[in-house]
Amino acid sequence: MTTPVELTVGGATRSTSSLRLVATLGIAGLCSGFLLSASYQVTKPIIDANKAEQLRQSVFEVVPGSSAVQRLVYRDGSLTPIGEMEKTALPVLFAAYDDAGAFRGYGIMHQGAGFADQIVLIYGFEPESRRIVGMRVLSSKETPGLGDKIYKSDAFVSNFEDLAAEPSIVVVKDGRDAVNEVDAITGATISSKSVVKIINESVAFWKDKLPAPGSEPPAPRPGEGGQP
Amino acid sequence: MSATTPERVYAELTKGIWRENPIFVQVLGMCPTLAVTNSVMNAIAMGVATFFVLVGSSLLVSLLRRLIPREVRISTYIIIIATFVTLADSALEALVPAVHKELGAFIALIVVNCLILGRQEAFASRNPPLLALADAIGMGLGFCIALLCLGGTREILGAGSFLGVSLFGPNFEPWVIMVLPPGGFLMLGAVLLLFAVLRQRKRRPKEVGA
Repeated sequence: MTTPVELTVGGATRSTSSLRLVATLGIAGLCSGFLLSASYQVTKPIIDANKAEQLRQSVFEVVPGSSAVQRLVYRDGSLTPIGEMEKTALPVLFAAYDDAGAFRGYGIMHQGAGFADQIVLIYGFEPESRRIVGMRVLSSKETPGLGDKIYKSDAFVSNFEDLAAEPSIVVVKDGRDAVNEVDAITGATISSKSVVKIINESVAFWKDKLPAPGSEPPAPRPGEGGQP
Repeated sequence: MSATTPERVYAELTKGIWRENPIFVQVLGMCPTLAVTNSVMNAIAMGVATFFVLVGSSLLVSLLRRLIPREVRISTYIIIIATFVTLADSALEALVPAVHKELGAFIALIVVNCLILGRQEAFASRNPPLLALADAIGMGLGFCIALLCLGGTREILGAGSFLGVSLFGPNFEPWVIMVLPPGGFLMLGAVLLLFAVLRQRKRRPKEVGA
């Protein structure tokens, strides 16, 4: 372990042909490439299924009483069902239904700038009363101990369990006293405001795109509902 | 280097755990040490991932040590290490997505953990597979134990919990600084100080006796 490293500069002792050097690295890279693509093939479907399952669970969490979910895409002025894994560049949201197949609300994902990096969140929207009924942060890099209270603090998250979305949601610092107010986290005002701003933007975006309350797409038939 | 005797294997296995502990004594691999030890779960996941990469690449480097030309040895080690890291990365993402999300980029950064490259250069490339394996297991365990020490104390002080289980009840005011980056430096400094004192204590009686 203590023998000094001998570097053979200029081929003083024993020089290796460049062909051998290139071959060594080439073979190592090739083997590594094969191994990695094999492991990618194995893990990719599991990772995708995990993500879809997580997303489905989060829709159930933000829309109380829901037990089935259907992914919808906004195309040519109306919402049409789309497969859970299907890729699309068009705006998508989730419709949530209860056991009896009655529509309970939308689960809408949106992202925007937080205090550190992007915050991706999903919120439950009840179109008839135009209220937010729940919110979960899906990914964020907010400061541990302060900004991460946007998902760790029950007090903050419960602000979003019954919140009027119109005219717009506002952040207050001295306690909620109106239906459209959110009480900011002490020491993490920017993170709190970011969450509210993301939801406000998303509500404004979907405002004229959602169908009239009562004419939402019907629940998927049993057996295909909520399955990818 | 001497032959592979059971005593030698045992010595290589145990040296990493205490006498040459990669964090407390060699002070290697500081980036993951400081960055991900803010909770016990993160420390465990990082420790296990590093252990896997270290053991896998040490064994492979030792097996291939006569085939790898000196001039490209570092590049070859990096390819081997990076392959193991990417395997660990996708395995964690598939098996424990929550932990993977929390550790984020630090899993990929195991590639440049100098502890791993250091063991390849200093040990695995000069020793037979059995010794290299013993050395890697010892060093990997030492790294895990050190991460757990730091992660445990930081979570207890900074969040009042251990593995997410609250210890002190709702009235405990957590020392938020302990889970923030400065807390990592404070804790590491305190632990290194403790180790320096322990080593001095151990040395002194011998000097007196002589």
